Amino acid sequence: MSKVRLGSAGLAAALLSLGLGAGTGVTHAAECIAPANPGGGWDFTCRSIGKIMYDIGVVEDPIQVTNMAGGGGGLAFTHVVSERADDAELIVAASSATATRLAQNAYGGMTADQVRFVGAIGADPGVIVVADDSPIQTLPELLDAVKADPASVAFAGGSAVGGFDHLKVLMALDRVGFSDITSVKYIGVDGGADAVTQTVGGFTQAMTGDMSEIVGFLKSGDVRAVAVLTEERVPGFDDIPTAKEQGIDVVAVNWRGLYVPKDISDEDYQKWADALQTVADSPEWAEQMEANGLAPFTRVGSDFQNYVDEVVAEINQMSKDIGVIQ
Amino acid sequence: METFSLLADGFAVALNPFTLMLAVAGCIIGTMVGALPGLGPSNGVAILIPLAFSFGLDATEALILMTSVYYGAMYGGRISSILLNIPGDEPALMTTLDGYPMAKAGRASDALVLSGVASFVGAFLATIGLMLLAPMLAQVAFLFGPAEYFALYLLAFSTLGGIASNNQRKAALAACIGLAIAMIGLDNSSGMPRLTGGNMHLMDGVDFLVAIVGLFAVSEVFIFIESHGKSSAIGVKIDKITIPVKDIVRTSGTMLRSTVIGFIAGILPGAGASLGSFLAYMAEKSTVRDNSRFGKGDPRGVAAPEAGNNAAAGGALVPMLTLGVPGSGTTAVLLALLMTLNITPGPLLFTERPEVVWGLIAALLIANIVLLILNVPMVRIFVKVLSVPPGVLLPGVTMVSFVGIYSLSGSSFDLLLMIAFGVLGYLLRKLDVPTVPIILGILLGNHMEDSLRRAMVLSGGDWQYLYSSKIAIGLWIAAIVGFIAPLFLKRFITKPSRVEPDEASDG
Repeated sequence: MSKVRLGSAGLAAALLSLGLGAGTGVTHAAECIAPANPGGGWDFTCRSIGKIMYDIGVVEDPIQVTNMAGGGGGLAFTHVVSERADDAELIVAASSATATRLAQNAYGGMTADQVRFVGAIGADPGVIVVADDSPIQTLPELLDAVKADPASVAFAGGSAVGGFDHLKVLMALDRVGFSDITSVKYIGVDGGADAVTQTVGGFTQAMTGDMSEIVGFLKSGDVRAVAVLTEERVPGFDDIPTAKEQGIDVVAVNWRGLYVPKDISDEDYQKWADALQTVADSPEWAEQMEANGLAPFTRVGSDFQNYVDEVVAEINQMSKDIGVIQ
Repeated sequence: METFSLLADGFAVALNPFTLMLAVAGCIIGTMVGALPGLGPSNGVAILIPLAFSFGLDATEALILMTSVYYGAMYGGRISSILLNIPGDEPALMTTLDGYPMAKAGRASDALVLSGVASFVGAFLATIGLMLLAPMLAQVAFLFGPAEYFALYLLAFSTLGGIASNNQRKAALAACIGLAIAMIGLDNSSGMPRLTGGNMHLMDGVDFLVAIVGLFAVSEVFIFIESHGKSSAIGVKIDKITIPVKDIVRTSGTMLRSTVIGFIAGILPGAGASLGSFLAYMAEKSTVRDNSRFGKGDPRGVAAPEAGNNAAAGGALVPMLTLGVPGSGTTAVLLALLMTLNITPGPLLFTERPEVVWGLIAALLIANIVLLILNVPMVRIFVKVLSVPPGVLLPGVTMVSFVGIYSLSGSSFDLLLMIAFGVLGYLLRKLDVPTVPIILGILLGNHMEDSLRRAMVLSGGDWQYLYSSKIAIGLWIAAIVGFIAPLFLKRFITKPSRVEPDEASDG
């Protein structure tokens, strides 16, 4: 609409971008689709990345955020694939949940190769926490308790059964040789904070989620993290041991990133990748990450595309192994 | 006393001319957003967030603007409930039951002023409750597990039959339709789609706003067309605005009771304002001695849900600020706003960022007073919008509905769904089936099912888990009493005889 109204200005901008090439950045008002209602992680991705892109000048106009909730991101995915496949001014928020659902064929037959993944610029480390007064001290203790009596330990998480939070627990149990996954008690509640509430209230014995969801409760001493699911300990949370160093080889981070339509030109793809890299390097983003409990996790361009492909294949295999999908 | 010095600091933040202006602007925008069907408070706040950023507002200012919009929308929702019989947003649903009959009886302005005052009492007391008790009340959320939530929703449903007192069976039928619609979408416990017919648009279920606007606004359009505009219900005359002092005094007890109920419902994450207004209405109806006027324009039936839903709006800020758990759709949006502003709500917010919290509380108190002024003496301005002839108004309302619903998900599917609900609403109104229980079924059905499923997972399928705690047992007793008591009390309360055209054919 604004393009029509500002006819001559838009034309000038288009000429300018033609003249100067793609390296100068994005020149039109772009749109970021958050495939969920306002308030979640995807919404945060669009709003914060969009705001920083505008603030530091990689885009000229503020990025317009559209919330398109539906099908756990499937509605937006379908929309992009079938209606906007060549829209170069469109970015879509994505995360590990997007990859998980694609791997589990939860988007009604849509596959990961129908869009192009641009990059991720931060990741929320996976964590497993217990209430502060819990007798359980370490991750192996928790897993042993499940092995001894699966009915005695219930987990709460912010994703549905078979979702990313559930998989974290199942992966860890898989590593200690426990395969009777249907006996593991897991309830999916409305978000990580709710899962913590249920655990602190004693209704469940442990909570599986992301670091950002527990930061406040960790500081207030309501919960204790028994493990963080990263390669290295997370800066700022150095006293939380990784699962790996406890002998459980599980790494699960919830990255925050973007995808774009499939049929845009390589220049346009590169333009977004560069823009994302600029955001990743900015102090504004560093500030946002710290405030939201995100750890640095920068992968852009083809590097990221390969990473997503690997993750999708891995989750697909694992979901089959543990019986979440056929 | 520390509280008061902190509050004084808060007022120092909130009382500078610029923030005060933001509060007033937010209240006006919010009331408009609330009054327009199809634009709920969560949409209103979500749409305005980019605005806050482009003005370059700082954290406190942005928060003050947004919460003013939030409270304003809670006030505004009642206006179209009373004047058009179309709830402006979900929590204003219950206000249609008595507010609209009151308006029809020529007491529209009384209903508006009374509900404005009730909103003020509910919201103001809830804000004070938030101020004094928030850190303590946060603990309440820890006491509610799946079994307790299930019992709470059961309590709501067991009193539902009383909504349409003329025909309980039709109310029950409507509730079942609502529950069936609630089952559509992704099953939270297993992640499997149900009743979606493979349609991606139905994966997240049916949005309440789509159902509300369809059942109330669109069906009204059909009735209007059918009668060539003659028998349209819309078009209430606004008489001179006076303060119905007698009603306000008479309903003061109602307001206070409803405020307490609403506030508690608000504190519980997930229950939210709709449950608050519903429980407040039902509690009032079942405890007062003569409830025969309920549903026909009883001032208490107007005061109760409005005090209840506004108190719940304040209550919902408790878990959002202290736990980071949003108690409603709108608080989820506010939570996102806070996160974007680098403020992480949680147990430490009150100690780490006191200037934000107390500035917010002071702003809420100010916003309430502004809203009381806007909604009582100046209610005419808002009413003007709605008092144009129905031939002009209805197309306008329809247009706003379409735009509002389209803005929800940006898909035309919701528009088609809304029209389908309009047809359903038209048929049901012809059959004299109440539509309010349908909305409640959609609104609460999912939460109730999720709670039950989670309880079953935790207990390994043991049903006794559902009444294994004191809180759960208390709620069960209340639910059973709420269900059975009206059946017995009916014999003792002589209702005025009414002639219902459909009663005979219904058998």
